[in-house]
Amino acid sequence: MPMKSFPRPSDLAVPAGAEGWEKIYPYYLVFQDELRDFEDEKFWFCDSQHWPTAFKPFETIGGEFAVKCLGQYNARHLMIPNANGIDFRVHLGYLYMSPIPVPEEQIEARLPEFQARIGHYFANWDTMLDQWRTKVRGTIDELESLRFDPLPEMVPMDDIVSGKAMDGSEVLMENYDRLIQLCYQNWQYHFEFLNLGYIAYLDFFNYCKEIFPDIPDQSIATMVQGVDMELFKPDDELKELATLAVELGLQSKFETTDDAAQVLDAIASADGGSRWLTRWEEAQDPWFNFTTGNGFYAHDVYWREELSIPLGFIADYIRRLDDGQQIMRPTETLIAEKDRIVSEYQDLLDSEAREVFDAKRQLAATAYPYVENHNFYIEHWTMGVFWRKVRELSRTLVHHGVFEDEGDLLYLNRNEVRDVIFDLVTSWGVGAPQGPIAPAHWPPILKERKAIVSALKTARPQPALNTPPESITEPFTRMLWGITTEQVQSWLSADDEDNGGLKGMAASPGVVEGTARVVMDASQIHEVEQDEILVAPITAPSWGPIFGKLKATVTDIGGMMSHAAIVCREYALPAVTGTGNASTKIRTGQRLRVDGTRGTVEILDAEETIPEVAGPGAHSHAHAPVGG
Amino acid sequence: MNYVQTFDSTIEPKLENLGGKGASLVTMTTAGMPVPPGFVVTTAAFDAFLAESGIADEISRELGNLNSENVTEVDEVSARIRERLTSAEVPESIRTSTREAYDGLIAQCGGEAPVAVRSSATAEDLPDASFAGQQDTYLWINGYAEVTDHIRQCWASLYTSRAIIYRLKNSIPDEGLSMAVVVQKMVNARTAGVAITMNPSNGDRSKIAIDASWGVGETVVSGLVTPDNILMDKITLQVVTEHIGDKHIELVPADGRLAEKEVSADRAEVRCLSDDEVTAVASLAKGAEKHYKCPQDIEWAFDRDLPDGENLLLLQSRPETVHSSAEKKAEGTAEKKPTTAGFDLGSITASLMKSNG
Repeated sequence: MPMKSFPRPSDLAVPAGAEGWEKIYPYYLVFQDELRDFEDEKFWFCDSQHWPTAFKPFETIGGEFAVKCLGQYNARHLMIPNANGIDFRVHLGYLYMSPIPVPEEQIEARLPEFQARIGHYFANWDTMLDQWRTKVRGTIDELESLRFDPLPEMVPMDDIVSGKAMDGSEVLMENYDRLIQLCYQNWQYHFEFLNLGYIAYLDFFNYCKEIFPDIPDQSIATMVQGVDMELFKPDDELKELATLAVELGLQSKFETTDDAAQVLDAIASADGGSRWLTRWEEAQDPWFNFTTGNGFYAHDVYWREELSIPLGFIADYIRRLDDGQQIMRPTETLIAEKDRIVSEYQDLLDSEAREVFDAKRQLAATAYPYVENHNFYIEHWTMGVFWRKVRELSRTLVHHGVFEDEGDLLYLNRNEVRDVIFDLVTSWGVGAPQGPIAPAHWPPILKERKAIVSALKTARPQPALNTPPESITEPFTRMLWGITTEQVQSWLSADDEDNGGLKGMAASPGVVEGTARVVMDASQIHEVEQDEILVAPITAPSWGPIFGKLKATVTDIGGMMSHAAIVCREYALPAVTGTGNASTKIRTGQRLRVDGTRGTVEILDAEETIPEVAGPGAHSHAHAPVGG
Repeated sequence: MNYVQTFDSTIEPKLENLGGKGASLVTMTTAGMPVPPGFVVTTAAFDAFLAESGIADEISRELGNLNSENVTEVDEVSARIRERLTSAEVPESIRTSTREAYDGLIAQCGGEAPVAVRSSATAEDLPDASFAGQQDTYLWINGYAEVTDHIRQCWASLYTSRAIIYRLKNSIPDEGLSMAVVVQKMVNARTAGVAITMNPSNGDRSKIAIDASWGVGETVVSGLVTPDNILMDKITLQVVTEHIGDKHIELVPADGRLAEKEVSADRAEVRCLSDDEVTAVASLAKGAEKHYKCPQDIEWAFDRDLPDGENLLLLQSRPETVHSSAEKKAEGTAEKKPTTAGFDLGSITASLMKSNG
């Protein structure tokens, strides 16, 4: 087979209406004409696992902070011998990444540093992780304390008396800077333990593969996964609330949950209602700092701000309880199964090998749960507070006539927002009767940017750009994103074998047939019906409640450790992850055969309905033969 | 001394009484494994027959000065001994015991049923000691007369020319040489095969390798067909890899005996086990390993006549010797790996770097 290539960034067609898209993002995020030779040499893969929709300009903050901070731990903290960080660009609204290798000749020198650094962390894991929780909590508390109040009509007398000599506008500027700074801070903390969790896991993984060559990846994962993880807590809380509602006979109050205030009022006046409400209040802090999205977008909706969401999930659980279903995770069974798997593998080893196996498994089991739990602290909790504060700021800017609409701020990047704040405080400070310059300057730009973002959203991103290397070696890319040599090859050959079959990761075992339900984002998850097969670009932890309805899950991106993989293993549902393009290739209503043991998805009625998707990302990977 | 021991008897199964196969079948039955019913004509029966009929003395005279190089002479001696073994009168007490055991088995089967008659040598199945001509198996035998006839043929197989020469050349004395015979209800196999509780290609003990084909399992054991080959994970019982073989013939009953039949193309190229059946075979193999506490090589079959859930039968389980002994030898010479109570930075580093290569 001739070697194929993905398109170059400059070859991709710009969706109609998105012309000039480059200028809505900071200059350093887009490919540069002047650097084209260098940038076209590199292989870039799209991280649609974390960023499945086109960025509004302000939202690039999530991608920037996350990928920058991920990289710094490889490159500067832990001195990973063979992997620096990951270079990144936004192209046509989507985030593309390119791992940076360590030059061969520098690897040796990094080894002792690497060992001393990870050695310190692993030897002091619990105390350092406790310290981490305190640091992260501190950041969140400070974020919470930031205020974006309207500017005072005049400086209070007290400030005159005390000689404060400030007009209050400095608070708005300081708090904005602090908001960005604190977000950055927790993104640095986010990765402090994450790479270590992966390192410990990778070590155990490789050892298992050495002594049991064909061991299924999911067996390795099962042996180190926590059962009572913090990430599962929000969903567990909802299940307990549902159980309590049934116990107290409150089912009828949950018949419609669209109006949260009404539901809660009805509960308050019912017998036993106050007991339920007390439990409901308790559950909210911190567990309702949880989003139906993934925390990376301003449109992510958080439970504590939209109480109809958790109430809706509770109502669904109540219905299932009334149907006689078991809704609580069978934690005892899960623990027993995990213990069985561990002990059966142990029994196959002689005492020497067993000692090594136990040591590696123990380390991985200690470090690995962080990989799941950190998600709650950063993506859900920190980012939930962050977006709430952004909305507070936005309301204040609208109040002062800077913008017409609360969403307008998102179409500026964060440095432009700072300029707008200075624009406001200047006009305010000088008492200019016409107010800030913003309303004269931004409306046409905002109009254009909104149109561009809408246009960018009509196209799905390419899975990758340029020519892939012969093999993908960067360990984190392979583990975290499931971007392996085979995966990339299968994306490239997808067009050749367009026979209704898709190949991905065998993420959770089992084979089922059923009807597809394609869900592109969280707003559609209520469409999922009993016994359907979920097909999505990715899934998010907040989708937990729908997994009880599903027969199987298929995702575009994600490896063995992606959210979909983990939850499906827990619910004993087959899952195939990292298919590249399942969500654009499959249509709701098609019959699928999902084989989570082999990692294949067959579209059983493919010939009848070939999905038509518009936009350059929808069709194929234009592939110039490379190398003559 | 008992001349016959049923599989479900409570008498301790001893290798010297029952031979390897017989002892194993009794052990597995006692352990509750799904072994088709049967009985063993013990070595005591063979010994008593030799002694009382005077054949023992004849044999030792015949073999006394035999030259293993003189094939013609060995053939003549072998023929004479086997003729005596298949024609001399079997003592009344042995005949009575065998008859009763056979009638009991038939009653247990709910009426006339074909049986398998298999030799079960005392030295058989021991590492490095399986010698030629001692593993006769006669399948689909009907009626008492045929059964007794084949028991004698098993006995006689101890004295084939090959067996005689093998013992002479390897200085294995004839004293104490004996033979038990297993008589077991014949499985009406729809699908059958073998399973090894490890991956024989790399020694991975967390795997179970299954070979399966249509009909009676002899086609798999003797290599008459390319069986379906399925590699299972022992811990999760999931399929790791599978290759569908070309199972062009099957051994099935026809006119009261077993016969080779062509398998139609559509059946030859599909897996002969359902997913549930694959799991059941793997569980059975895993159970056998658990019982014997070492890797096992089992023979199994799905009976056509029994209901689902009860139709998987275990025909044999013996220690897997090829790979296990190779592993032991390798272990002895292998360098001691450094062990560590905590984490091992060196191996973590190696592990990370490995992804480079």
